[in-house]
Amino acid sequence: MDVPGQSSGVVTSGNGKAHASDAQAAPLVGESAQEAFRRLTERPADLLRFATAGSVDDGKSTLIGRLLYDSKQVLVDQLAHVEETSRRMGHDFIDLSLLTDGLRAEREQGITIDVAYRYFATAQRRFIIADTPGHEQYTRNMVTGASTADLAIVLIDARKGVVAQSKRHAFISSLLGIPHVVVCVNKMDLVDFDEAVFDAIVEDFDSFAARLEMPDVTFIPISALLGDNVVDRSESMGWYQGPPLLYHLEHVHIASDRNLIDVRFPVQWVIRPPATSVADYRAYAGQVAGGVMRPGDDVVVLPGGHHTTIAGIDSFDGPVQEAFPPMSVAVRLTDDIDVARGSMIVRTHNQPSVSTGFECLLCWMSEQPLSPRRRYLVKHTTRTVMVGGVDVRYRIDVETLRRDEDVSTLELNDLARVHLQLSAPLVFDSYRRNRVTGSLIIIDEATNETVAAGVVLDTEVEGEEEPKSERSPNVMWQGSQMTRARRWEALGHGGLTLWFTGLPGAGKSTIASAVEERLIAAGRTAFLLDGDNLRHGLNGDLGFDEEARNENVRRTAHVARLLAESGTIALVSLVSPYAADRRAAAALHAADDLQFVEIFVDAPLELCERRDPKGLYARARSGELAGLTGVGAPYEVPSEPDLVLGSCEETVEEEVERVMDLLAARGLTSGS
Amino acid sequence: MPVTYHLTHLRALESEAIHVMREVAAEFERAVLLFSGGKDSIILLRLAEKAFRPAPLPFPVMHVDTGHNFPEAIEFRDRRIAELDERLVVASVEESIRSGRVVEQTGPRASRNALQTVTLLDAIAEHGFDAAFGGARRDEERARAKERILSFRDEFGQWEPQRQRPELWSLYNGRIRKGEHARVFPISNWTELDVWQYIAEEELEVPSIYFAHDRQVFARDGMLYAVSPFIELMEGEQPFMSRVRYRTVGDMSCTGAVESSACTLAEVVAEIAATDITERGQTRADDRVTEAAMEDRKRQGYF
Repeated sequence: MDVPGQSSGVVTSGNGKAHASDAQAAPLVGESAQEAFRRLTERPADLLRFATAGSVDDGKSTLIGRLLYDSKQVLVDQLAHVEETSRRMGHDFIDLSLLTDGLRAEREQGITIDVAYRYFATAQRRFIIADTPGHEQYTRNMVTGASTADLAIVLIDARKGVVAQSKRHAFISSLLGIPHVVVCVNKMDLVDFDEAVFDAIVEDFDSFAARLEMPDVTFIPISALLGDNVVDRSESMGWYQGPPLLYHLEHVHIASDRNLIDVRFPVQWVIRPPATSVADYRAYAGQVAGGVMRPGDDVVVLPGGHHTTIAGIDSFDGPVQEAFPPMSVAVRLTDDIDVARGSMIVRTHNQPSVSTGFECLLCWMSEQPLSPRRRYLVKHTTRTVMVGGVDVRYRIDVETLRRDEDVSTLELNDLARVHLQLSAPLVFDSYRRNRVTGSLIIIDEATNETVAAGVVLDTEVEGEEEPKSERSPNVMWQGSQMTRARRWEALGHGGLTLWFTGLPGAGKSTIASAVEERLIAAGRTAFLLDGDNLRHGLNGDLGFDEEARNENVRRTAHVARLLAESGTIALVSLVSPYAADRRAAAALHAADDLQFVEIFVDAPLELCERRDPKGLYARARSGELAGLTGVGAPYEVPSEPDLVLGSCEETVEEEVERVMDLLAARGLTSGS
Repeated sequence: MPVTYHLTHLRALESEAIHVMREVAAEFERAVLLFSGGKDSIILLRLAEKAFRPAPLPFPVMHVDTGHNFPEAIEFRDRRIAELDERLVVASVEESIRSGRVVEQTGPRASRNALQTVTLLDAIAEHGFDAAFGGARRDEERARAKERILSFRDEFGQWEPQRQRPELWSLYNGRIRKGEHARVFPISNWTELDVWQYIAEEELEVPSIYFAHDRQVFARDGMLYAVSPFIELMEGEQPFMSRVRYRTVGDMSCTGAVESSACTLAEVVAEIAATDITERGQTRADDRVTEAAMEDRKRQGYF
């Protein structure tokens, strides 16, 4: 009994893998064990995961069997087994499709039920095949198999052309953001290897795919049964100029498919050995989902929003200088803050969305339809939260791509756009940006079944802003095309914040407004935010207790930060008596890489009281005004101000000069 | 060196497995790691170290001891666990036989391999384990090729292939009801060659029977079995001395040896790369019974 087709796949009796092709991991002729070992271990082989999809009888199992067989991965006992089964089924040839059917029901019914994983290697790469069933009722398995794929092979029967199932497969591939798609037009032998048939199918598929997001589509005419253009170039299709399938799989460029820009580190587990074994060790374990992390990086832990720095990145094999996807590592932070499973560590300047609601595309995978009466959970990265509501916007007919808005529920294999409302915020990106932080599953709480898979869409996140909170879980930071560099270049200078703090009457506003004068006169954009003036509008609702003062400083700091971002030199004149509030204001700027200059106007209390421009001290001393800083409320002196002014020896002009010198010294403005 | 942020396929597989282990440790209450002293479970232990050190492992290690194990494997098991300073639970098939839970097979082809399933399920119930890590790989066998990384088992420990949960991305649904448990296969995507390359790269110690040694064997069904007190010779079976090694370490009564001169890890890797027969096909009698032998045993609760 033989395997049909081109001669390269004939198994010799002595060594099942003694073939001519070099597409193998097996030792080469004349190679010693040491040499083979070195060749296998020193070669930096990478891993390509691909999914195969095709309708019934498209020859998918045959194609996989052929790939395994022609790349010498089928071993003698497996082949003997297939040969025996082929004979029993009445074939007069070895049916390679039998290599892949794993379950008894599949062999009995001659169909594929479940995703099967296959492995093979060539000198170039290691491959994991997710062999997914093509039947419509098993669409969920294609989604399963394709979710981690770098590449999808869509099989089309040359005699049938692009059918509904081909469109479904193309759509799912695009939905799952598979970066590379290979359309194999199979059974070319049954259409006399006719170029025109191939061209018509290419055109047909292209016209459908043009409406999808498919960055890289390759078409290959093949005969899986005979082996044409699978591993070896077809002798019957001279008109085809491209490479055979295996060559394409070996060489397609996948390194740049990962997101190496946005640092995303979902925390899985806290490593904290008992104090008796390792003193004070605490690290956050996880798999890098995006970006490159390095010790010293400024990071923020979401959704809490605490800022800190990466102290070190550890692995069992020692410290790691750079961690990138998909490495599993453990991260140590410089500050002892609240980090747990479900937290996500990201870079300060590049944050994902944090929200309790967003738009996504769902594939419903359960026989139980979506029901408002059931309770669902969403698992996303390492967080699991309760679903508040699923609002079905429309269902998508994958064959016509038409939207059906007249639906309220979802059934098995439905694909739909929905709005998902959750009981607690998730930290996410759009799936297009990141396949790890943009994907989720939905679990039925009663049955524990996975009922749906979802990808987060690239849409704005609506919702109400929560005031009075540094966390705004329903608001997504709107990135814009305009960059800081372009803004600042147009202005001719950059922005920053000069923060004048000190007792009432110390002279903060006097100095700050004189500095503003000088800057404007020099052609700079500057703006004075005076504490008293702000209390007339923006902060008009605030009193003078500690909490209100915190809030006063917080709001003012945000306004200053926005001004600085715009390129303005923001001058803040505010008592801001608490060190913690000033630190928070500084941190807010640091988080955006903006300069924050703390200027302590340190006039002695007696001097302030003597000046008393607003009569405050007099009122405080008479008991009419309670809680005046310096009299009835504390003032925490800055420990490390950038500049100290306010001594009685200097004139206002001299003090302005010192501020200007400081700016010049820092390269923030020229001395003029 | 240009910065390409490249991970070799072995390190990518390693990271995937570590991720699985951490997910399961976090989402299940009482996990256990099954360790036989065989190469796959040796890798599981190393991966657990990589996932959780410098802390102790967040789960104990369990061996289902058929009582017919290779003494070299048992000796290695005890030494390795002591080195790691971890807790070992031994579930004994001998015990299950004595207590009448299972009945020992008789005759020259008797094996305790099938009895393990009962002992395993009893131990899982007794200790209240809700997740058990195993070293099974999808490349081993056709039914395994279809099994999820997180494989859900009902209250009878049974696998229902048609009712498997979809497993997407790296999002594992670890929710189970009381009495149910999950089998977890972190090295599902590894091949036999990957396993040996990893052992070589990590310089992991393995039991000596994986390397070529001289042993009294006899031939049966095209396989070489070790002469041992656990297996009766049939008529015409003649013991002889041969230079062999083992590709898998299981029960002495159903694990065959292969003729080999591979004495080093490098030689083993080269031998595996060159082999023309599968690991189970060559050395495991238990998979040769019927076409769906593994599927049937898995449905009953086997790994």
